[in-house]
Amino acid sequence: MLSVTGVCKVFPGVKALSDVDFTARAGEVHALVGENGAGKSTLIKVLTGVYQPDAGEIVHDGTPVRFTTPLQAQQAGISTIYQEVNLVPLMSVARNLLLGREPRGRLGLIDFRRMHREADEALCGLGIRVDVRRPLRELGVGAQQMVALARAVAVDARVAIMDEPTSSLEPREVRTLFDVIRALRERGIAVVYVSHRMDELYEICDAVTVLRDGHVVHTGRLADLERLRLVSLMLGREIGEVRSEGLTRFTGSHHMSAEPVLRAEGLTVRHQLQDVSLSIRPGEVVGLGGLLGSGRSETARAVAGALATSSGRVSVGGAPVRTGSPPAAIRAGISMLPEDRKAEGIVPGLSVRENIALAALPALSRFGLVDDARIDRIVDTFVRRLHIKSAGPHQKVGELSGGNQQKVLLARWLALHPKVLLLDEPTRGIDVGAKAEVQALIDELADDGLAVLLISSDTEELIEGSDRIVVLKDGAVVDELTGDAVTEDALIRAIAAEPAGTHHD
Amino acid sequence: MTDLTLARGPVDRDRLLRLLREYGVYAGVVALLLFNVALTPHFVSAENFRTQAVQVAPVLIVALGMALAIGTEGVDLSVGSVMALSTSLLSLYLGYGPWAAALVAVAGGILVGLANGTLIAFLGVQPIVATLALMVAGRGLALVLLPQLKDVRDPGMAALGSGDLLGIPYLVLIAAALALLVAFVVRRTTFGRQLLAIGDSRPAARLAGLPVRRVLIVVYICSGALAAIAGVLATARLTASDPTSLGTLMELSAITAVVVGGTPLSGGRVRIGGTIAGAVLIQLLTTTLVKHDLPPSWTQIAQAVVIVGAVYAARERGKR
Repeated sequence: MLSVTGVCKVFPGVKALSDVDFTARAGEVHALVGENGAGKSTLIKVLTGVYQPDAGEIVHDGTPVRFTTPLQAQQAGISTIYQEVNLVPLMSVARNLLLGREPRGRLGLIDFRRMHREADEALCGLGIRVDVRRPLRELGVGAQQMVALARAVAVDARVAIMDEPTSSLEPREVRTLFDVIRALRERGIAVVYVSHRMDELYEICDAVTVLRDGHVVHTGRLADLERLRLVSLMLGREIGEVRSEGLTRFTGSHHMSAEPVLRAEGLTVRHQLQDVSLSIRPGEVVGLGGLLGSGRSETARAVAGALATSSGRVSVGGAPVRTGSPPAAIRAGISMLPEDRKAEGIVPGLSVRENIALAALPALSRFGLVDDARIDRIVDTFVRRLHIKSAGPHQKVGELSGGNQQKVLLARWLALHPKVLLLDEPTRGIDVGAKAEVQALIDELADDGLAVLLISSDTEELIEGSDRIVVLKDGAVVDELTGDAVTEDALIRAIAAEPAGTHHD
Repeated sequence: MTDLTLARGPVDRDRLLRLLREYGVYAGVVALLLFNVALTPHFVSAENFRTQAVQVAPVLIVALGMALAIGTEGVDLSVGSVMALSTSLLSLYLGYGPWAAALVAVAGGILVGLANGTLIAFLGVQPIVATLALMVAGRGLALVLLPQLKDVRDPGMAALGSGDLLGIPYLVLIAAALALLVAFVVRRTTFGRQLLAIGDSRPAARLAGLPVRRVLIVVYICSGALAAIAGVLATARLTASDPTSLGTLMELSAITAVVVGGTPLSGGRVRIGGTIAGAVLIQLLTTTLVKHDLPPSWTQIAQAVVIVGAVYAARERGKR
């Protein structure tokens, strides 16, 4: 259906793709995997006309083509669903779905009744039920993604490219997405599926192409490729090595003292949290389990002062902390790695150095003047300790890969010598290598006596990383798993203990 | 080899654009200077340079404060009215001596800045709306205090307006000192770094525990104080207080200088050197056209061309 041969793409200083062959066949879901920086995004952008290849050719439907704009690719039937939803938040679902091809009545005005009916039909056909008259922004991220998907395939798509479509979906929505993908496969559409999640790949994909450093290192049927073999291909490491190290880098348990350093009691936020209490001891990693929207991030944000609470107390080492104020929480020794790294974590236009020093600035200056020598020392220490890869301390953080951005954020907080570290999805959207490094680091920090709160949608990571798991549901604590009970089975049972209420985003 | 040559085209264009963005404004100043030296009679004279520098000083001082506000992804439209308020206050309190009067005038600017900052930081009003309100209110207050033009007869003020040190007018010295001070604050102080972080990503700055509100309020106070100083200096130079016309459209000139100087309106970056060059560029452009007997409408069109050029050079290219 759509194939490329011998494609090369060079950016100043890097060869992003070299001699890449890739074929998406009709009625097949093709996984495109690789670490960040392996060339996946570049390849997608070449396929969709965002970039022009420097060499090689693209063949679509048997004829060589050259897309000079994304629009041309779209008109040729190549639709893309990006990680971030590209829709108009203030417009209704129906308008978003039919944007640019609204049904017209007489006088060329939009026929709203027909538009709503068509939109409703299109969504129902994919098994999605939402009120198409509502503005898009009132929907949850998952539902928005479904609308984006519906829009993409409604345009008579022949090829659908999905770039980490599940990164913001909850399990139930992932099921719906997979049903949609299967329906697309039935219709003979070629699907290119990019994801970091192994389980999903093996569930939905037929074929796989592994990229590493801009080269294709493997291509073939996914069922014939063992999981460990796939990981080793992506990493470029040997199987024995991967197996002996386990799939995650966590060692499992930590030594911990008896007295909790962080105590949060009765945290309540209207519509979001109900009477959530938890405590963490120094050297302990406490996981927060639960589905998307169960109040995991909200709990972390409430503890870190980023979310104003209507009632509840937080104390660190016995001293009460004023809630609703990030500076107060930070002074008390609470640091949070936010879920949305790009929007709330990094300051993209500032350098690696400025980003690391940002929170510690008052401590690194005298009379309001910045002490550059001390900043350089600290930055240097953390760049080496966390293996932050950049062109230098003056490179803009926005230009780094996801994993390195996350490490810069960790460095920013570690420079403050916190007592409590709240990690909200610390390894989301970062490549396998960096993921392992971050996981090892979390372990190391806990061993150093830090109290860690870990939130992760990656069940494996949560189970292996946590000493104890507090399970949340609909904004309230429903269970706590300790010791040997910290297993995937127990977690799923705890989450599913009660029949899930009708939960709408 | 082929792919290398293919790659070179866009790369060179990117580099050219980046160079243009970084140094275009300086190149513009140099080009205009060379043009005038070659073609404008009586351009190369101490007297002319003195006039140019004295004329640009107030705009430059206002633009410094504007650069700070724009660096936080805001804007301060009230600067022109603050100049008017400052001249009114100056003239009212001149009886207590020029220094006391100047202090009162600057205090007025600080109060306006505080009002701007409070609206923006605590009530969450958008900067353009908040400062628009103070722009209207400030001009109104200035006219209430001093309904019409009044001569300022004070030897101290006259000295400030037309005196010099080693041949350099006081006005220019003060503007240069303030520019150095603001550049130092932006580069070397905690406040400066925090300002840039807030301008680049407000949510990230908040979660990093930065005193976002305090920084915003201080920024607008600085902008108000600088505009008030510019008002005092302009009054001293004109030896008259004219709250009706002093500072009208000053906010636009200041924004122009800042934008032409390469400070992006999206915040996160403040270029003081560029702002100075931007103010000088606009001044030179006006002079050039005036000296060649072109009507004032031409000046406006030329300014428009420069602004569009600056915005074109500064526009963010698509991310990789």
